[in-house]
Amino acid sequence: MGETPHRSAHAGTGGTRVTSGHDWPAGASARFAETSGNPRTPTGNGLGGGGGLPRARAFGAERAFRGLTVAAGAAVLVIIAAIAVFLIAKAVPALQANTEDFWTFEGWFPNDNPPKFGIGALAFGTVLTALLALLVAVPVALGIALYLTHYAPRRIGTGLGFVIDLLAAVPSVVFGLWGRDYLVGPVTDLSTWLNRYFGWIPIFGDGPYGNSILLGSLVLAIMVLPIITSLSREVFLQTPTANEEAALALGATRWEMLRTAVLPYGRPGIIAAVMLGLGRALGETIALALTLGSTYAISFNVLTSGGNTIAANIANRFAEANDTGRGALIASGLVLFAITLIVNITARAIIYRRREFTESAA
Amino acid sequence: MAKRIEATNVSAYYGAFKAIENINLTVEPKTVTALIGPSGCGKSTFLRSINRMHEVLPGARVEGSLTIDNQDIYDRDVDVTAVRRMIGMVFQRPNPFPTMSIFENVVAGLRLNGVRKKSILEETAEKALRSANLWDEVKDRLGKPGAGLSGGQQQRLCIARTIAVEPQVVLMDEPCSALDPISTLAIEDLMFQLKDKFTIIIVTHNMQQAARVSDRTAFFSIEKTGDPGRLIEYDNTQKIFSNPSVKKTEDYITGRFG
Ligand SMILES: Nc1ncnc2c1ncn2[C@@H]1O[C@H](COP(=O)(O)OP(=O)(O)OP(=O)(O)O)[C@@H](O)[C@H]1O
Ligand SMILES: [Mg+2]
Repeated sequence: MGETPHRSAHAGTGGTRVTSGHDWPAGASARFAETSGNPRTPTGNGLGGGGGLPRARAFGAERAFRGLTVAAGAAVLVIIAAIAVFLIAKAVPALQANTEDFWTFEGWFPNDNPPKFGIGALAFGTVLTALLALLVAVPVALGIALYLTHYAPRRIGTGLGFVIDLLAAVPSVVFGLWGRDYLVGPVTDLSTWLNRYFGWIPIFGDGPYGNSILLGSLVLAIMVLPIITSLSREVFLQTPTANEEAALALGATRWEMLRTAVLPYGRPGIIAAVMLGLGRALGETIALALTLGSTYAISFNVLTSGGNTIAANIANRFAEANDTGRGALIASGLVLFAITLIVNITARAIIYRRREFTESAA
Repeated sequence: MAKRIEATNVSAYYGAFKAIENINLTVEPKTVTALIGPSGCGKSTFLRSINRMHEVLPGARVEGSLTIDNQDIYDRDVDVTAVRRMIGMVFQRPNPFPTMSIFENVVAGLRLNGVRKKSILEETAEKALRSANLWDEVKDRLGKPGAGLSGGQQQRLCIARTIAVEPQVVLMDEPCSALDPISTLAIEDLMFQLKDKFTIIIVTHNMQQAARVSDRTAFFSIEKTGDPGRLIEYDNTQKIFSNPSVKKTEDYITGRFG
């Protein structure tokens, strides 16, 4: 843009201006001036033309957009704060009315007089079912994702990937009913078998079997599987071909290539996928309300009917709750929120620790 | 233990597109062979078919026969990872592993070969980095990510990674295109050293470099875009650069191409 000095020596902005009606771009006019010997200058509309720098506009799309985004961000904070205030205001009176220790008491009688309830067993059940579900789902999900991206023929990979995405769209109540009415049979058989041969391990204790932590966790595992699979599939697809080739050229087998290039590169993404799955597992309500036995005891025996989670408990008990009962359930919801928050912060910390490597990888 | 490579009627395809056609050439052990020719004439494609990296791309395939010491590397019974271990490759674009430190990058091949002993890894890494003229620049930050290096440093890191496993044949695709003259000289020195034991094939756009480092030079070219690349002339480097027998070669090396 603009006139090159030596060319426009006689047609430059400092020279005599011969105004013309033509809208020559600056460069074109200079060339024209040179060849025709008839000096013409741009009319001032040329892109690089003379005059001072334009002033910044006081109001424009840029500022309006900026204001809009700031307002949106602020609105989110206000809404969150309002919800927090409301929840805490409801929870505190119930907690004050509680005649047992909120953290350790194993039971949930907030509607009685005097009210007695404790979060311990519920929080324990929440974390246990979620972790068990991940234990089952993560290896399977990663296996499926690796198969889809690096082993399956391209068309099968895309097709199967689509089916798995569909699985993520199934409402959780469907999973819950399926688990309660169908899966409970096989799981009871499995429990009997596990107890017979591995009964010496405390987690595979005696029955009655059926609506157990194991059943709930398996249903949860199936529910989080598609999320983790489809996210890690995206992650694996993003590995640069050049890195995969580098590993192969060193003589890596396909599995070694996945281990040297694909998995490390996808690590932050995999962690994020697992955390999303964990978030869903921790917050899952209806499927667990349908499959767990709704007891209030802390027990590692995953085979016995029983178990409960914070979210399932809220679903099961909200209808019958009085004022204190609702307050108690809201307090339990706040604890669930805290658990989720801790999980997320931990995940962030893990990703952050290797930031130096993952950033240059991105 | 250097290897003789013999290509007979090698053609390579990307899907339906034929990138090179009927390449015939023999690379003697313990020599440096330069592949030269205009962009897009199939030098990289040919190089990648020598260590079976071409077939990694979806739809890509190779026809004809390629032997190393009379053993067909495309034989059904041949373990492709063994071929690639024997024939190392430096790619046209530097591709260090972004999640690995400089050190881990250099020893990645050793680790794949099952080497676990720390002293061996460290020794080999230093030797390889020195050969690639990178040691002085990175010796104080071996634990830092390899992707944090400059482009030229990354390329030398990749060279170090390739030679750390001492492959019998080293394929280099424009290894010096991103390097300053000093590093370029160092890499050329490295080629002279490697030549004592190994066979080297290098793709280069730098005529002086081809003339300096190679014993034999192969000139590839294409008729027009869309046509497969062909081997036009293959001879002693001295002959190619002083008295080529094909007019096209002469035009290319004297800069009258196109
Ligand atoms: N991945 C690919 N898919 C399809 N065609 C390709 C691919 N890679 C290369 N080609 C084509 O194959 C032909 C040869 O490419 P190649 O990379 O071997 O050229 P080259 O001689 O190495 O060129 P340069 O000197 O620019 O690196 C070109 O026409 C190119 O467009
Ligand atoms: Mg190339």
